Amino acid sequence: MKIVAVCGAGIGTSVLLKMNAEKVLRTLGLEATVEAADIETARASRDAQILLATPEIVDKLQGLPSEVIAIDHVFDLGEISEKLSKAML
Amino acid sequence: MSLINQALAPGSIRLGASVGSWQEAVELSGELLVASGRTTKAYTDAMTANINELGPYVVIAPGLAMPHARPSEAVLDTGMSLVTLREPVAFGHKKNDPVTVVFGLAALDHDKHLELLSEFAGKFSQPGFVNSLLSCHAESEIRSLFN
Repeated sequence: MKIVAVCGAGIGTSVLLKMNAEKVLRTLGLEATVEAADIETARASRDAQILLATPEIVDKLQGLPSEVIAIDHVFDLGEISEKLSKAML
Repeated sequence: MSLINQALAPGSIRLGASVGSWQEAVELSGELLVASGRTTKAYTDAMTANINELGPYVVIAPGLAMPHARPSEAVLDTGMSLVTLREPVAFGHKKNDPVTVVFGLAALDHDKHLELLSEFAGKFSQPGFVNSLLSCHAESEIRSLFN
């Protein structure tokens, strides 16, 4: 499974999301690779099963084959855990 | 010295600033990146343009904004700036407004700042960390929170 965390520039929010998603996956015992990317890269690659993004970005990710999950609070491991496990299990 | 304290170069921290809008808050965080030698003025404009274009997604947690833009020639070195606000300002974020702490971030490329952000994530995963920053009245207190 491939997960891509997305933000506008691909250096800030997406990287934090990626790190916290990896933490959550370890806790849940789930296997997936997580990458961080900007919107254009994420739209071009099209090979992720799941895209993680903050709500403002979600609109820019429509029309792709991936499931798009909005995360409100990038540091809320509980929220990420709940939403990721729902999508993956 | 922690990576965050290295990223926060001398001249990059302003405590208890008064700003009238999110634009001024972002502008100030950019000015501090310029003043501490990490970016040029063009980067400040790019941070603002990023928010104008994509919305307030840089408000990543309650009270916390991390304005940033893509790596470009306007970035001289990876670095951060920190502004705490005397009065909170709204960025227009549905859940995480109002903002009281603004961390400007500049990255040279997509890789070199990953450990820095890892340290950053560790700090802000602690409940109440934004309030701990707000209660600091001296730069030395801020730096010891990040050590």
